[in-house]
Amino acid sequence: MDYLYFPGCTLNTKAKNFDQTARDCSLLLGFELKELKNWTCCGATFPLATDNIMALLAPSRILATAREEGTALTTLCAVCFNVIKRTNRLIQEDGEKRDKINNFIEKNYQGDLRILHYLEILKHEIGFSQLKERVKKPLTGLKAAAYYGCMLLRPFEEMGFDDKEKPTLFEDFLEAMGAQATEFPYKIECCGSFQSVGSPDVATECAYKILGSAIKNGAEAMVSTCPMCTFNIDHKQSDIKQKYLDFKPIPVFYFTQLLGIAMGLDYQTLGFEQNAVDPLPLLKEKGLL
Amino acid sequence: MKIELTRQKVHNEFAKKVELISGQNLFACYQCGNCTAGCPVAFAMEVGPHEVIRYTLLGLEDEVLGVNTFWLCASCLQCTSRCPKGIDIARVMDALRMVVLRKKERKDHIQIPEFPEGFLEKVPQIAFVSGFRKFLS
Repeated sequence: MDYLYFPGCTLNTKAKNFDQTARDCSLLLGFELKELKNWTCCGATFPLATDNIMALLAPSRILATAREEGTALTTLCAVCFNVIKRTNRLIQEDGEKRDKINNFIEKNYQGDLRILHYLEILKHEIGFSQLKERVKKPLTGLKAAAYYGCMLLRPFEEMGFDDKEKPTLFEDFLEAMGAQATEFPYKIECCGSFQSVGSPDVATECAYKILGSAIKNGAEAMVSTCPMCTFNIDHKQSDIKQKYLDFKPIPVFYFTQLLGIAMGLDYQTLGFEQNAVDPLPLLKEKGLL
Repeated sequence: MKIELTRQKVHNEFAKKVELISGQNLFACYQCGNCTAGCPVAFAMEVGPHEVIRYTLLGLEDEVLGVNTFWLCASCLQCTSRCPKGIDIARVMDALRMVVLRKKERKDHIQIPEFPEGFLEKVPQIAFVSGFRKFLS
């Protein structure tokens, strides 16, 4: 079965390694990510001001075009997933806004698409036990911290991804890959998000707390589902190092990169050159190259 | 600070505006402080989110709009998720940003020309797009 896929801006450029590894892995798992035609940016933030209809138009247009091509839409980026899923639900439930939006974008979309995150496909459509059987190179001995961040989970009632305070889906995925998932209290804390543009120092501090908590609990690497989180917890480690001299950087993977290793893909196709902290020494040490 | 309470003060126009934009009932807040306790950026805030709600209800418009609290909010929804009274506090923070940003004289919170060199190349688009939506008039 193929899945209609919305990559989003960042996966098309600065997180190409996320996009490419997901596409490659899906082929090995027996499905294809079919890229949506003529997609645009989703707006990267669900408008919280209730009177801001304008910011709903881009995700609505994406949804309406996707509905013309299929019945489900898949995303990888946690921010896109959040914006698209929340907009979809709003169109379903708020008749007045739905009419306004449809009138503006000249479509007649009713909110009847299923919005899926790639991890949900792995869990619900393939199943982690099935996935485990497909693993060619188990990530044995790798202590990795599953970092959820905010957008996958919140608001809990709308996202329906996993438990509000103690999610386990991401850890279950890592365990299926043979890795040892590190439990740490900051796994659902915010990385600082777009404050990396507004107040970069504050975002750096948030990232430091998250990384510090994971390291303290024994993590050798972080695993992310979001290019925004990855920027804050991976690319900002050089800033953290400047401020906290005893900080030891740890690599941050996209979950699809680890999936790729486990599925037996050549490490040279996993786009590690886009990772800020080089993961190769750790992978070598664990015998995973 | 001495504040004299009157019916007019509590039902002030500023609070009404914030309620209208956010779609939230500020009067539901009973000041438990759960939002501030769970906020990942509270350490850098001049006053906590729960205090911002209280000040708004007291009609202290200049004081509220003068603090950095809502500008630092990262819309992570942790407060929203934990509020025992079901207030979507992240929406309240966004509404306060909107009150400032929608004023007819442009009140941009960040200045793009002041970004350090190489910043645009480094930071992912999602951070810019969402940041610009939160910080620019």
